[in-house]
Amino acid sequence: MAKVFIYPSTSLILSDLVARYGHTPLSSAVAIRERIQTAGFESPPLQITPEEPKKGLKWAAVEVPSGVRGRMALYGPMIGECEAAIIINDADLAFGCMGCARTNELITFLVRQKDIPKLDLYYPKNEEEGVKFVAAIKRFLTGLGEGK
Amino acid sequence: MTPPVRIAQLSCGPEYSGVQQEIYIAAKEVNGEIFYPDVALKDVLRDFDIFGLDVRSPDLKLAIARAKALVEGRVDADAVFIATCFRCAEGAIVRNELRHYIHENSKLPVVSYSFTERTTSGTLLTRMEALTTIARRRALLAREAQQGITLGLDSGSATTKAVVMKDNKIIGTGWQPTIEVLKSAQDVISHALEEADIKRNEVQAVGTTGYGRFLVGKEINADLIQEELTVNSKGAVFLADRQHGPATVIDIGGMDNKAISVMDGIPGTFTMGGICAGASGRFLEMTSKRLGVEITELGPLAMKGFAGRVPMNSYCIVFGTQSLVNALATGSTREDVAAAACHSVAEQVFEQQLQEVDIKEPVLMVGGTSLIEGLVFAMGELLQTKIVVPPYSQYIGAVGSALLASGFIRDD
Repeated sequence: MAKVFIYPSTSLILSDLVARYGHTPLSSAVAIRERIQTAGFESPPLQITPEEPKKGLKWAAVEVPSGVRGRMALYGPMIGECEAAIIINDADLAFGCMGCARTNELITFLVRQKDIPKLDLYYPKNEEEGVKFVAAIKRFLTGLGEGK
Repeated sequence: MTPPVRIAQLSCGPEYSGVQQEIYIAAKEVNGEIFYPDVALKDVLRDFDIFGLDVRSPDLKLAIARAKALVEGRVDADAVFIATCFRCAEGAIVRNELRHYIHENSKLPVVSYSFTERTTSGTLLTRMEALTTIARRRALLAREAQQGITLGLDSGSATTKAVVMKDNKIIGTGWQPTIEVLKSAQDVISHALEEADIKRNEVQAVGTTGYGRFLVGKEINADLIQEELTVNSKGAVFLADRQHGPATVIDIGGMDNKAISVMDGIPGTFTMGGICAGASGRFLEMTSKRLGVEITELGPLAMKGFAGRVPMNSYCIVFGTQSLVNALATGSTREDVAAAACHSVAEQVFEQQLQEVDIKEPVLMVGGTSLIEGLVFAMGELLQTKIVVPPYSQYIGAVGSALLASGFIRDD
């Protein structure tokens, strides 16, 4: 079983696919769930406090906007932890959408720098591409270590 | 209980910067309710495309779609709050364009803000208060004439001012530096009443504004306690006799600066800057001390100098003052240094704040710093327009308060 970082990290479809093949998806849902299930709810809606942009300084300098650093405090640790990654480029907003383009550029850059198995795909534009798209993800996940 | 003012939030990043809670708190404190306008995914794709600003960040695309939904009436709101991360170029472009778009195409009051993780509800409070006031008290803000006998008090960060008005005329004034908030307030009120030859019990209504408005307002049983953005706008157009049509109000204060785009005396868009002391009246105070002149003499001194002859390498109040000291040490004249200080403040306000509002003539400069003619001249040069400084401009907040307070006079 491998820890697979997914991009867009908000994609429930991608997260579900990773889980179905026996791996652990590293996604927004997991990071956000951990926060909002923590006792006390001081900083709605995501329970991200002004401390997160400071933690984000590990990945982005102080002149980088606070929204980027706050996001990196969520995604940075997952990128550090992941053993494999799936990146879907130009995904449809309905497939998974991450709000800040600058953060997205930094996330995909950092993932691509890692020496781990990666699947770098474009989002399909028609049914035929869609079938190939799912098959490629299946092949990648099956081929990962102890995956099904 | 009065229903809350519904403030639509168009933003990118506050949730991830840990400041969304601060926005909620600031709005709640002035009986406002923040909400995100609901739009469908198909609306986002269509509206973003129609708007034509090809940004990459999906949250900004969503903000654009939400703005269109507000302007086209698909979502109801009383006011709009636009916020993006400080230092994000893409966010700044969208923030500006949306503010402009909403201002031009609807009657919704708008405030835009760029936040950092250090933004607090206190910083946002005056802006939120102004938004809710404009939305809730349009009838009060439509008042064009003062009636009866009213007292207005402006408890500012640097100075406290009071005026007594009777039948649309100023009949007494009081002014002094703010030392102890309550005592300074009582002193200026006494002075204004004495000058007006009016007894306290003859005053029919009282209004307060400025940083100390809540404290003083409670102490003197004010009928109206109001932030300075709406009050100063009202005072400015009243004193300049420009109550109808567009105007731009610039108030460079002791602690923060206000730039307000006004239509018929009611603010449409506005900005408040308070991060850098180098762009404030404080810097001019320090300059005058260093030059050994009273602040009242700084303006005439600056008018005799030429700002371009003194290099100012920093906007910071500490390093900016150092630049001026260095200039004096290398032989620059006091006149040139005074002019450079005025130019520096005007330039900062121009670059950092006036880009955020739509400058429409007449441009009215108000507040104590509007009496520094070198500053007014520098601002006029930058804006390429003749700046109007209305009479009693240093009492603008007190006059606005006295004017609006007359709406609270009871017939009995």
